[in-house]
Amino acid sequence: MNASTGTICVQNLHKQFGNNLVLKGISLDIQSGERVCIIGPSGSGKSTLLRCLNGLEDATSGKIQINGYDINHDGQNINAMRATVGMVFQRFNLFPHKTVLDNVMSGPLVVKKQSHAEAQAQAIALLQRVGLLEKTSAYPSSLSGGQQQRVAIARALAMQPDIMLFDEPTSSLDPELVGEVLAVIKDLASEGMTMAIVTHEMHFANEVADRVIFMDEGQIVEQNSPSKMFSSPEHERTKSFLARVLHHSL
Amino acid sequence: MNFNFGVVAEYHQLFLKGTLLAIGMTLVCVTIGIVLGILLGMGRLAESKYAPWNHILKYGVQWPVRIYVSFFRGTPLFVKILLFHFALMPLFIHPSNGWFVSGDLARDLRGEYGAFISGTAAIAMNLGAYLSEVFRAGIQSLDKGQTEASRSLGMTYWQSMWHVILPQAFTRMLPATGNYTISTLKDTSLVSAIGFAELAYAARSVAAATGKYWEPYLTAALIYWVIVTLMAWGLSKLEARLCQSERMHDL
Repeated sequence: MNASTGTICVQNLHKQFGNNLVLKGISLDIQSGERVCIIGPSGSGKSTLLRCLNGLEDATSGKIQINGYDINHDGQNINAMRATVGMVFQRFNLFPHKTVLDNVMSGPLVVKKQSHAEAQAQAIALLQRVGLLEKTSAYPSSLSGGQQQRVAIARALAMQPDIMLFDEPTSSLDPELVGEVLAVIKDLASEGMTMAIVTHEMHFANEVADRVIFMDEGQIVEQNSPSKMFSSPEHERTKSFLARVLHHSL
Repeated sequence: MNFNFGVVAEYHQLFLKGTLLAIGMTLVCVTIGIVLGILLGMGRLAESKYAPWNHILKYGVQWPVRIYVSFFRGTPLFVKILLFHFALMPLFIHPSNGWFVSGDLARDLRGEYGAFISGTAAIAMNLGAYLSEVFRAGIQSLDKGQTEASRSLGMTYWQSMWHVILPQAFTRMLPATGNYTISTLKDTSLVSAIGFAELAYAARSVAAATGKYWEPYLTAALIYWVIVTLMAWGLSKLEARLCQSERMHDL
């Protein structure tokens, strides 16, 4: 453990797709153990920001340091960094040809070269933790969306990451399945792992986050503690966004 | 027309040996062709976000593969068999100055296995070109999220390919690969032109020796037909089983 373990430091990050400037100078520091929720309207760049953090998208310019690794443009270190940073996707992205257990074991077996017995014991413990012990030998396609996402979380945790990134983890779930996934994430949040969560669930952000960041049009408009962000947002854009989404969910 | 299948019975050893050689050559060609097809298919998709690899892969791998595939799909197999046997092979394997093999070994190789080597090389490289397109399509049809999920766990490109992408792509490639396997069996008959004693060659030899044409050629045709039918039946069984296991995943 060194001082940068579990931290994220972004400086003046720009990301351009063709002529479309998606991130316009993001600077952001996340401390070790901090839980940050990123909210904002669709197309505001929040998912792109998260994907830049673990190198799924390349920054057009700017600096990213995550968990002590510099994410440079030459792609060095990127696999080593990713092995310490878990990612959960909106569309789960489980491996359909592997059982639930094999999905969770895949990272430790392939990347960490763990022994089969060790990886399996850990996978079973994780599946128990996300409440899916009875599904170990099932294939992903036989699970509900909520179950699939819980397996995906277990799969990411199996790498014992210092940081977890969640990219709209509940956005493609049926409303009645959202709760079970959020419960698993909340359980994780109580453990003091660094977490960055892009979400549309304002209640959840309010409960879980140490800090809420509001993004719009490729910029961080405002960031604050959840209580201040949701009760007294400072910027007009934040107010109108929250008024729109909270009107539906509160 | 007076059919006399007695001539076929008389030369049945030749037909049997020819059949076995045709099947053997098919197996060797398909094995090499699949490996080649996977490598070429991956080469066709090779790209990198980072300099200098992006240029090296584009101009050093992608483009050569494109040209290779274009050439092999754009020329008749028969011409390539002749080209390989009479032009390329003497360059590589030659008693006095072969690039790869020379001396007595070269003489023995050419004498014993010359037609087999050139025929197999031409058919396998041809098959590799066709299969590379099948594999490319199979890989590209997979959801991008599969690559992203495996890479986000820290897997390298090759680990992701081997453990996540190829096993899924392979199931999708099976039907087309099976069809090309059947074509390959029929393609081996072309190698008779350079003197490889497979089934078509056997029929031609018997026809030349006996002056009978219907019986030997019809026999050869029937044997091909039976093998192809058996292969098609086996393939449909295999596909049904794969479908079934996929359906079980869906339950």
